[in-house]
Amino acid sequence: MTKLIISPSPHIHSGDSIQKNMFGVLIALAPALLMGFLFFGVGAILTTLTAIISCVLFEYLIQKFLLKGKTSITDGSAIVTGTLLAMNLPSIIPLWMVVIGSLVAIGVGKMTFGGLGNNPFNPALVGRVFMLISFPVAMTTWSLPGTFPALDAQSGATPLALAKFSDSITEMMHTNNFSILNFGIGYMGGSFGEVSAFALLLGFAFLLFRKIISWHIPVSIFATVFVFSGLLHWGDVAAPFFDLFAGGLMLGAIFMASDFATSPMSHFGQIIYGVGIGIITILIRNFGSYPEGVSFAILIMNAFTPLINTYVKPKRFGKS
Amino acid sequence: MNVILISLLTLGILGAVAATILFLTAKKFYVYQDPLIDQVQAVLPAANCGACGFAGCSGFANACVSATSLDALLCPVGGNAVMQNVSAILGKTSSEAVPKVAVLRCAGTCEHRPQTNLYNGAKRCSIAHNLYSGETGCSFGCIGFGDCELACTFGAISINAATQLPEIDENKCTSCGACVKACPKMLLEIRKKGAENHRIYVACRNEEKGGIARKSCSAACIGCSKCQKVCDFEAISINNNLAFIHDDKCTLCGKCVETCSTKAIVEFKLKVESL
Amino acid sequence: MHTFRIGGIHPKENKLSAGKTIIRAEIPPQVVISLSNHTGAPAKAVVEKGDTVRVGQIIGEANGFISANVHSSVSGKVSKIDSQPDVSGRKQLAVFIDVEGDEWLETIDRSPDIISQCNFTKEEILAKIKNAGIVGLGGATFPAHVKLSPPPDKKANILIINGVECEPYLTCDHALMLCHADEILIGVTIIMKVLDVKRAVIGIENNKKDVIAHLSKLAKNYQGIEIQALKTKYPQGGEKQLIDAVIRRQVPSGKLPIEVGAVVQNVATVFAIYQAVQKNKPLFERVMTITGKDAQNPGNYLVRIGVNLSAIVAQAGGIPETTEKIIAGGPMMGRAVASLDTPAVKGSAGILFINNEQAQRKEAANCIRCSKCVNACPMGLEPYLLMTQSENSLWDKMETNHVMDCMECGCCSYVCPSNRPILDYVRYGKTTVGGIIRGRK
Repeated sequence: MTKLIISPSPHIHSGDSIQKNMFGVLIALAPALLMGFLFFGVGAILTTLTAIISCVLFEYLIQKFLLKGKTSITDGSAIVTGTLLAMNLPSIIPLWMVVIGSLVAIGVGKMTFGGLGNNPFNPALVGRVFMLISFPVAMTTWSLPGTFPALDAQSGATPLALAKFSDSITEMMHTNNFSILNFGIGYMGGSFGEVSAFALLLGFAFLLFRKIISWHIPVSIFATVFVFSGLLHWGDVAAPFFDLFAGGLMLGAIFMASDFATSPMSHFGQIIYGVGIGIITILIRNFGSYPEGVSFAILIMNAFTPLINTYVKPKRFGKS
Repeated sequence: MNVILISLLTLGILGAVAATILFLTAKKFYVYQDPLIDQVQAVLPAANCGACGFAGCSGFANACVSATSLDALLCPVGGNAVMQNVSAILGKTSSEAVPKVAVLRCAGTCEHRPQTNLYNGAKRCSIAHNLYSGETGCSFGCIGFGDCELACTFGAISINAATQLPEIDENKCTSCGACVKACPKMLLEIRKKGAENHRIYVACRNEEKGGIARKSCSAACIGCSKCQKVCDFEAISINNNLAFIHDDKCTLCGKCVETCSTKAIVEFKLKVESL
Repeated sequence: MHTFRIGGIHPKENKLSAGKTIIRAEIPPQVVISLSNHTGAPAKAVVEKGDTVRVGQIIGEANGFISANVHSSVSGKVSKIDSQPDVSGRKQLAVFIDVEGDEWLETIDRSPDIISQCNFTKEEILAKIKNAGIVGLGGATFPAHVKLSPPPDKKANILIINGVECEPYLTCDHALMLCHADEILIGVTIIMKVLDVKRAVIGIENNKKDVIAHLSKLAKNYQGIEIQALKTKYPQGGEKQLIDAVIRRQVPSGKLPIEVGAVVQNVATVFAIYQAVQKNKPLFERVMTITGKDAQNPGNYLVRIGVNLSAIVAQAGGIPETTEKIIAGGPMMGRAVASLDTPAVKGSAGILFINNEQAQRKEAANCIRCSKCVNACPMGLEPYLLMTQSENSLWDKMETNHVMDCMECGCCSYVCPSNRPILDYVRYGKTTVGGIIRGRK
């Protein structure tokens, strides 16, 4: 027997690690990613690979040569950022744009603040919004699903864009032959990772099962969007369902809004944050110039997270 | 033309109104401050270390200006040079202060004091100290995780990787005493710097009986009182099996250093060339 | 089935010695009985070098209100009174006794009979508890007579007995409840009499189904005692958590359980009180669990206070080869020891050997703000925040964030995916803030 080890209590650990959480998120993303590959083909696969590789590479290069410190690429967070960024892009986007988006996501969104855990904004969304503003045409040219090979796919408007210019969503869905079931499976135009709502919900179930995230943020976003959209489109039966299933709401609510570092710590704070995202999303969708507002809504609420953390504390024991 | 005129007028009026408000509020809320305070503060080191006993340099400057004599006031960081500047500004005399420096009262290097267990908690002396006696057999000795290094705002302390003990840089140490407060084992002491940086002190705080102290560390003071006997100036006292050299009586003759059997008494003498 | 409502974790139970009977440990040639066997002021030695003592004889007298008597656990001669390092290596005054035979004081009833009739008055019982030097054996070692004398303006209306044993590995209370169920139930009625309460609840976690069944059957013979099975969750054995689980009331921050009309005692303490009141036996032995994944013979041992831990371990098969860390107590709140060459004290609930797989902490990474520590904290605090504040010496901020509510259960460090030493820093902050608060008074 060698020298005994001394440490303060506790002497056991749950065995949880950053890797386990990050790879758990990746597993939860897998169904939606596969659906994206299925509907949008090679373009989707290439975009994903490019984003992951460049995110990991940029993180490595920045940590190794710019910060001259230890590299932490093995923790899997760069892979998650890359995957999320890719899933938020159209499948026919030029790949060099993806590389630039990854650089902004990792370099500006994450490393400038001190790496994992210190970033105030979701890095993937920082990258995505940067690309949306820098390359507006490429970022809003969507291919329609199911047209193989996807590289020369026919482009078309997303349901949200169509909804923007119609008075009644029920009518719009009817004229375009849309159904909520289609949306659930993912047979619609849009960023290739966001289309399949059912696959994303499956991922949500996995995240809850593995206790990687709690239900508070996604569910409060869903509830707010549903109620608020219903109130805005009073009498338009399909509207709340449409707002839930169309666009990036599912992907944003389940995987991006619930990002550890950028969301509030207490459950009540998480609900406030979720409600804020829901309201801002619907406001942008209905009154803003963009058809889609989830990314902006999350980034705006990210900025409120420190404020929420300061004023909304978890329920303390013995405090009635 | 009209547009330019209107905008000029609007902005001009706005500016004038704002300036009036600013002027009035500045007048209304004006607080008189002795301009001497600012002057004194300008010559202080601006370390805000609190070693003088006041809240930062401005507090000290305030105290200097309002005090009748500067005798009781000393900026340990700036030392005599700064106090002379202060007295020049204020026209008050200040007494000469003896330069001081922090010393480490532990000589328990890895070689003298073998490790008996491995600490695996948060690397802070204070945390390890709250938990238990330390990684070695000596419960009085340096832990070596560098709370003093963190506390030092002047970068004067660094942990030597080989000995696991902090080293104090004479030239950077301002004797502010932050490290003294930070050390949970109370191993750091502010002592007279001594002429030509010549100092003699007991580098140990072990209050165990001789045998036990010796067993845990070969450089420990065993309280044998040989040094006390050999000292001609009654500068050494022994309490709880531990010798202490009072720097106000010590003449740096060096007799005790020679007689100490465990080399717990350390003589520090800086080579003249570095002065 | 109830449990406490905020936070909590589910560590692997690893109760390797569950259901095993209690083995009487042998007495080595020398015992060292610390005079600081309890929370509060150390006892004052009342024997001198050369005195002969018998088992159960008082050797240290309570020194002040919060202090406890200390008794000899062996018969023999006092060889010296000297300082002795405790488990954390700090020197405490202790009585060294060279063992000769095993002669007990005649006043102690050594018969195996169970005496259920208790005719003493409340004051007599309290005096007996005080004289017997009984302290809380759940780990806090707070003198029992102090806890059983609530301030006159507060009235207890329920007695809660802690049979939870939520720490992984430990089974000493489990064994005690199986082997001495009747004695414990009588002890509960005695305490009910002291506190003048009509209702007592023994809270037991549902992972001890045998005890629940056994005690439920016996409890029918005693009026006012209920057995309540609780959903297994750590740290249910925390006083405030147990009260919340049993009577659904939360003790306010900084207050004592009596604020909600409850008094909590550990089953081992109850058993000691039974022995003190009915058998005249002071507290000089206790049940300890010797365990560990690689331990040859995990079991529950009846150990005299003052016996060197290494002597006990030797009887239980010695230290396993793979051991890299030895814990006095449970894995969540116990203390790592640098050497087993230290005597057993009243608060020693167990010795746990941790093998090389789990001994080393993993390297800490950035806080990813996953809020797992916040969700796990049973006091509803924000450990991640307290940790950074402690790192940066922001003591006033820590105080406003209620660091003093922390009970150091370790849930935060346990769940942290970044392996951050959260509790290390929070505990340090708590100690410092506590000192600042005391200094203010």
